[in-house]
Amino acid sequence: MNPLRTINFILLFWCFVTLAPSVFAQQTGSAEQEVPPELAALGADSYAAKGEAIQALVASGHPRTRTWLTALLDGKLQRLEDSGRFVIVTENRGRDWTVIDAVDDAPLGEVSRRNIDRITINNALRNQLRSAMAILDLDAPSERERLASADRLLGEVDANLAEPLAARLEAEESPAVREKLAQALAIHRLQSGDSEAISDAIDTLSGSLNPAVRAALNGVAAGEGDAAEAAQQALASIEQKLKLNRAAETLYFGLSLGSVLVLAAIGLAITFGVMGVINMAHGELIMLGAYTTWMMQQLLPGQPGLALILSIPAGFLVAVFAGIIIERSVIRFLKGRPLETLLATFGVSLILQQLVRTLISPLNRTVVTPEWMSGSLVINEALSLTLNRLYVLGFALVVFAGIMLVMRKTRLGLEVRAVTQNRAMARSMGIRATRVDIMTFALGSGVAGLAGVALSQLTNVGPNLGQSYIIDSFMVVVFGGVGNLWGTLVAGMSLGVINQVIEPWAGAVLAKIIVLVFIILFIQKRPRGLFPQKGRAAEG
Amino acid sequence: MKKWQVSSRWLATSLVAMGMSFPALAQEDDPIKVGILHSLSGTMAISESTLKDTMLMLIEQQNAQGGLLGRQLEPVVVDPASDWPLFAEKARQLLEQDKVDVIFGNWTSVSRKSVLPVVEELNGLLFYPVQYEGEESSENVFYTGAAPNQQAIPAVDYLMNNVGVERWVLAGTDYVYPRTTNKILEAYLKDHGVAQEDIMINYTPFGHSDWQNIVSEIKRFGSAGKKTAVVSTINGDANVPFYRELGNQGIDAADIPVIAFSVGEQELSGIDTAPLVGHLAAWNYFMSVDTDANYDFIDNWIEYTGDENAVTNDPMEAHYIGFNLWKEAVKKAGTTDVDAVKDAIIGVSVPNLSGGYAAMMPNHHITKPVLIGEIQDNGQFSVVWETPSTVAGDAWSDYLPGSRDLISDWRKPLECGNYNVVEKSCGGGEAQVASQ
Repeated sequence: MNPLRTINFILLFWCFVTLAPSVFAQQTGSAEQEVPPELAALGADSYAAKGEAIQALVASGHPRTRTWLTALLDGKLQRLEDSGRFVIVTENRGRDWTVIDAVDDAPLGEVSRRNIDRITINNALRNQLRSAMAILDLDAPSERERLASADRLLGEVDANLAEPLAARLEAEESPAVREKLAQALAIHRLQSGDSEAISDAIDTLSGSLNPAVRAALNGVAAGEGDAAEAAQQALASIEQKLKLNRAAETLYFGLSLGSVLVLAAIGLAITFGVMGVINMAHGELIMLGAYTTWMMQQLLPGQPGLALILSIPAGFLVAVFAGIIIERSVIRFLKGRPLETLLATFGVSLILQQLVRTLISPLNRTVVTPEWMSGSLVINEALSLTLNRLYVLGFALVVFAGIMLVMRKTRLGLEVRAVTQNRAMARSMGIRATRVDIMTFALGSGVAGLAGVALSQLTNVGPNLGQSYIIDSFMVVVFGGVGNLWGTLVAGMSLGVINQVIEPWAGAVLAKIIVLVFIILFIQKRPRGLFPQKGRAAEG
Repeated sequence: MKKWQVSSRWLATSLVAMGMSFPALAQEDDPIKVGILHSLSGTMAISESTLKDTMLMLIEQQNAQGGLLGRQLEPVVVDPASDWPLFAEKARQLLEQDKVDVIFGNWTSVSRKSVLPVVEELNGLLFYPVQYEGEESSENVFYTGAAPNQQAIPAVDYLMNNVGVERWVLAGTDYVYPRTTNKILEAYLKDHGVAQEDIMINYTPFGHSDWQNIVSEIKRFGSAGKKTAVVSTINGDANVPFYRELGNQGIDAADIPVIAFSVGEQELSGIDTAPLVGHLAAWNYFMSVDTDANYDFIDNWIEYTGDENAVTNDPMEAHYIGFNLWKEAVKKAGTTDVDAVKDAIIGVSVPNLSGGYAAMMPNHHITKPVLIGEIQDNGQFSVVWETPSTVAGDAWSDYLPGSRDLISDWRKPLECGNYNVVEKSCGGGEAQVASQ
């Protein structure tokens, strides 16, 4: 066989292989789809008709019920415009979407989104679908799924569902699921009108912090008679528990806000507090850290968690690098001229912002929150701690401990303290003050970068990120006492808690103002902050 | 020094000469100048820079079709840098120095209020593309975004009648648009029998990022047994941490839906929308609207930006409509002269992107359909409800005491933006109060 023919043959074969599926797809595409009536009904126009269709589908017990309901809930159940064929969309990014047949899962290739109509649902249908799926899931093998569906059914049990649910309760082994099922049935019994059943139900429900339970009890308590009284008592004891939870929650909110303040301020506590440099570009160093996180996530698509962890050293290094450039090119020429330093670094901050706007985009960037950081840690039904903030709180404490270690236990820390206390003396002892300046500024900047990595999980990553934190950072450092790292920690945490305690009754705007006024008054009284520098260093 | 004087004198003479020959030339082959007044830096750049690109795309397309009145369109882009007084300066520069025929611009109400006296003084034309609080009607401004009756009121109607909401949280950013809108909504809700204790109003500063307390308060407010909804006029990027907190604290749209007036596709492109599915937004356009005109617009936009994932949003459609309205009015008038265009544009109607028509009303607002969309996991909205026909924008709200009696009609005999139908006079004292 001559080579040319071989190539021809290979090409021909390749053509066949690549074209064949699309030919087949074409064929299945033209074949009539036999739509079961239960599925066809879902394609109705009105939401009311769709609601009935969902009920009918669940009642029919069709083997694909679950697949269709899930697809409908996710908005993936759609119809081809020309043939009316029901399909499930498996990939809906871009202009052409990948679809499979809804009846037999046959792959149908890619279809332009123009030629495809979504079967829309609204919140009411979504509720109905979730309840329908919760009922299907009551027999699921995993305990977690059963628990979730029992939880879902609180307050949604009707006469039809009561019996199968009671049967399920008999068969159920997990105590947590049993408790939930019992509560769901008890809520149903509250409406029964039989006084014995009601008082029995109230016994079951008292002590539960679930909002659905409270709503049901509220309904009974509004009435009259023994049942109402019992319900009121149950509610009062629930209210007591809720108050405690609320206080714990506010404390957590405060500490979480405080940890953000501490993170943003701790770098500044080094550059401003220890070195005395007023660095208005501190916020932009935070921003660089946040953008580094975004960049890492772009480099490692699909692995947001790994990217986030790698961003911690990367964000630190990027900010260190930027800090060194700022120190070498601007700050060192303005030693001992605070006003000029302030203006020059403010200029630097504007330059950095516009640089990001021009080079990357004026639009905010999406930083993905990894799976293990979203959602919340449920303590009980009235108190759950949001995970992303819990991680940031922990991270802030680790960073703080790390800096204390560097300042207290390393040679660098010793030299920094020596230079800040008496520059001339330190130099005459052989410490290279210029080098220490660079190192200190770089450390402060690097910590700002770390703050940026953490903040990317809480707030917007955009060119303005830094601006929103610079004022707060200075506030914390000044309040805590310039030059004192412990002061920064205590100040940040207490400002956070104060803010969150005031906020519920004063509103977010007023709370901020009150905190500011409080700090101004405090500084009037104690100009050196919470923990003033003592001894000779304070004079300098 | 000497040299400079000579050259400057030469410059002055030639400028005068050019100025004198300008009107004659302008009609013939000078390009028509289109001013674009959107922030390209500062905090609003995030929203406004997209609108600048939209205008550039529309102008490019028009030029490819041979321009307007046989003349090419020339965009004049300035950057007011999210600085409200600078907006007024830049508007003056556009009208006095660049002599633009029309301006498309502004986003925030405060920037519009700053530009308003300038366009009125210099008799310019301004097309304003963003939904706003109403209570304003200027002879020189055309409002192509929604007035409250084209967004807020229908949205509340939907929640009240279709979802059965009985308790309301009105949450907003602390500035003029949310405060006025919430005032209107509060009056409207009370008119419809909602008790004071079933309304919770909350304001937060611009760019607020710590939503823990507010979200947990909303959660508590909503667990009283009555169906609760949040009406959000939270502006700009404060929405991202707000929605993230909602998701983390497990507030589900099926329990407490949040309906937003300032969250569009572009804001959602900054967050993972999976936990937000089912939360609502009210707009007059969604990127997911299923019409060929819309798909063409999206394809053009993707091609123009070169970004496969570029999104379109409501203010972009408003500019699309505004540009076409202006274009048709210029064709109708046969000139770009401001007074002629102002008269010609009333009654002109052009297709919008959702399959209907947008007509310019005598009060300088346009007709728009109102769409309610639910957030999907791909960052798009799916339309769950829309008004049966388009709604005409109402400059003066019927639910506020000061503005109830005012109408706006810029056609010939009346020519008044705040005519008081009770006192039968133009520009009563009350109107002034209401517009503050």
